[in-house]
Amino acid sequence: MKKQNQVSFKKGLKLGVPIGIGYFSVSFAFGMMAVSSGLSPALAVLISMTNLTSAGQFAGLQVMTSGGSYVEMALTMLMINARYFLMSLSLSQKVSKKLSSLQRALMSFCVTDEIFAVASMESGDVTGWYWAGLMSMPYLGWSGGTLAGALVSGILPASLQDALGIALYGMFIAIIIPAAKHSKAIVMTLAIAVTASCILYYIPSFDCISSGFAVIIVTVISAGLMAYIAPIKEEKDEEEETCISC
Amino acid sequence: MYILLSIGVMALVTYLIRVLPLTLFKRKVKSPFIRSFLYYVPYAVLGGMTFPHIFYSTQNTLYATIGTVVALLLGYFERGLTTVALVSVLAVYLCHILL
Repeated sequence: MKKQNQVSFKKGLKLGVPIGIGYFSVSFAFGMMAVSSGLSPALAVLISMTNLTSAGQFAGLQVMTSGGSYVEMALTMLMINARYFLMSLSLSQKVSKKLSSLQRALMSFCVTDEIFAVASMESGDVTGWYWAGLMSMPYLGWSGGTLAGALVSGILPASLQDALGIALYGMFIAIIIPAAKHSKAIVMTLAIAVTASCILYYIPSFDCISSGFAVIIVTVISAGLMAYIAPIKEEKDEEEETCISC
Repeated sequence: MYILLSIGVMALVTYLIRVLPLTLFKRKVKSPFIRSFLYYVPYAVLGGMTFPHIFYSTQNTLYATIGTVVALLLGYFERGLTTVALVSVLAVYLCHILL
């Protein structure tokens, strides 16, 4: 491994640690739930290793255990996971141009909310080695947590397991707040997104919208509105400034 | 068999959603509007996913709120991702023990 690749890999690996910890606790719950709904631990782990998506897996488990059709399964996944389409699209502009189609195809397997979030904050291009490092701990955490949850429930004290529920959100805050400190446009994006998200969450008429679909609505509204009122300047300084702050 | 095929469908649909944009859009998008839109996507996604859901991420909303405030403070002082995640978990855990 070249020195530079090694540095990128390590950097990614380190950034993946909090994601891995958060994933362990979420997938632990998934493993427990899968086994209690009648799946074997091996199948529970197989789901986690092939899907790597939280809300999607919980929903998929529900479809499966209620004997839903394959079409129903496909549509459920499409609705809940469609947000990954936007994330992959955003990433397609961020990954190193040197990557081949095959490399891109391999990378895309691990596009999750959290991995996407961390990779988007990377100042340079996202390289293959960086991505490989970044996805390692989350992948281990996700499959390992599922296995642990499926085999033995109640390893963790209930209070600690409950407390772990905030881990991934804490990580999100650690990403958005520093970014917001340096850009008014990002503050506005967050304000619009949080408002839209609260409206969808608290107003009963929107209860029928799934959480995955709510993310899409919120994203399209807030990023669309911001792109309209504060388009970014050209490539060179896009990271730093936006027109709203000039 | 039904379960295995269901898992296959799940995995395939989820993968297609992820793989298509990354492999099909290889060139840099030229449109300033789309470029700006994609620039704002991560913040929009994260803002919308974090609030209000963080308040309900643990069984007790008060504990979760305390954890949120801790995370916001640490975030403001630009602490690392792991630190913020773990300290907010610790804050909620301490609430469970002490309150």
